[in-house]
Amino acid sequence: MGLLVRVIPCLDVNAGRVVKGTQFKALRDAGDPVALAAHYDREGADEIVFYDITASHEGRNTAVDLARAAAEEVFIPYTIGGGVRSASDMRAMLRAGADKVSVNSQAVRTPELISEGARRFGSQCVVLSVDVKRRGSGKPGWEVYLNGGRVNTGLDAIEWLVEGERRGAGEYVLNSMDSDGMETGYDLELISAVSERTSLPVIASGGAGHPDHMVEAVRAGASAVLAASIFHYAQYTVREVKDHLKEAGIPVR
Amino acid sequence: MKVAVVDYDAGNTLSVTKALRKVGADVELTYDTERILASDAVVLPGVGAFGDCMDGIRARGLDAAVRDAVTAGKPFLGVCVGLQVLFDGSEETPEVPGLGILPGKVVRFDVAEEGLKVPHMGWNQLRVEREHPVLEGLGGEAFYFVHSYYPEPEPDDLLATSEYGGRFCAVAGRDNVVATQFHPEKSSAAGLRLYRSFLDWSGRL
Repeated sequence: MGLLVRVIPCLDVNAGRVVKGTQFKALRDAGDPVALAAHYDREGADEIVFYDITASHEGRNTAVDLARAAAEEVFIPYTIGGGVRSASDMRAMLRAGADKVSVNSQAVRTPELISEGARRFGSQCVVLSVDVKRRGSGKPGWEVYLNGGRVNTGLDAIEWLVEGERRGAGEYVLNSMDSDGMETGYDLELISAVSERTSLPVIASGGAGHPDHMVEAVRAGASAVLAASIFHYAQYTVREVKDHLKEAGIPVR
Repeated sequence: MKVAVVDYDAGNTLSVTKALRKVGADVELTYDTERILASDAVVLPGVGAFGDCMDGIRARGLDAAVRDAVTAGKPFLGVCVGLQVLFDGSEETPEVPGLGILPGKVVRFDVAEEGLKVPHMGWNQLRVEREHPVLEGLGGEAFYFVHSYYPEPEPDDLLATSEYGGRFCAVAGRDNVVATQFHPEKSSAAGLRLYRSFLDWSGRL
């Protein structure tokens, strides 16, 4: 026995409310973020990820308020992401109670953000999150997208993640834009490709529609599984997902 | 129950304070020696590097306050690096002595051969090695860890272990002192239960 596999509900937050879109569009309201996170804590969630999805392209910085509010009610580790531009943004979120900060678009523009965050706060605080999409017209590999999937960088996802590890990131969240919100399963090829090339823990994200998908992701190499709509719309509770993982022989809390 | 949380700007002070309040403690965050000694129980948080934490503690003269509180028999709880600094020293910062309240050294995980990563970060199960009121009912429960180093206490002070390329000390203590390597404030219901048990135990000491 060693570390247990983590189940992580993800809360996309827009203007202080949890929302979930399909492939980052068509947002639907799913409630108050802190109340929902506390509910998932009671259900057995191992961590929470909050993404302030409006921050990156509208320049808001509401994430600190969210971190502070969550500290009152959430007694499991939580990550805050969205609109992190500098090490001082990271510091503010960590001071407000966040355990980790997730960097995405800004880390691609200025990769020093990863190195500086790791040096000042420790690698365990720095989560490198990437939005990736398979290359078009049958070419192999995945490309990195920015700003909530609005901008294609053309950057190879695996190469970027290798650089992120070299710079001191502590773990990855792999958001597959092809499967996000589709509920047809995670991109397993992506998970195994990343697991083979790097040694950081991989958090699978995008596409979970059934607890079987979580089992597949762990078998492909993920240390944790992240999901949103499957939990927000009560298709499965966190406890049901964990029972399912346990039945498949995967160690969970 | 008036609990003093020792304030030296440790990174997890906020969440430790919130969790103690959640289970009913009257928490005061303070670096005032007199207020620490006037409390019913003392909690020492801590994250980050051993040397930085010791520097922060000494800069405010809190090393003496912590020793005095322990010597006075005050119920005392150390958390994470707040556990590590209770020992004689750490491999992380060999030139900086610890508080020397618990005999032993803090050592780094040597688990590369097992293919395991350092820091040990995530949920891991607790095995109670020696019954203690603060750990009642918590054997087999999982707790949240984030650390690269762990203490090697004297056998009598080893209260609980977890497994990561071998068994390591997850909880240590003696007399009125108990300390956890994991973060109860991030360990959901089991962690809150530990804090509640600490308050109950403090009330009986």
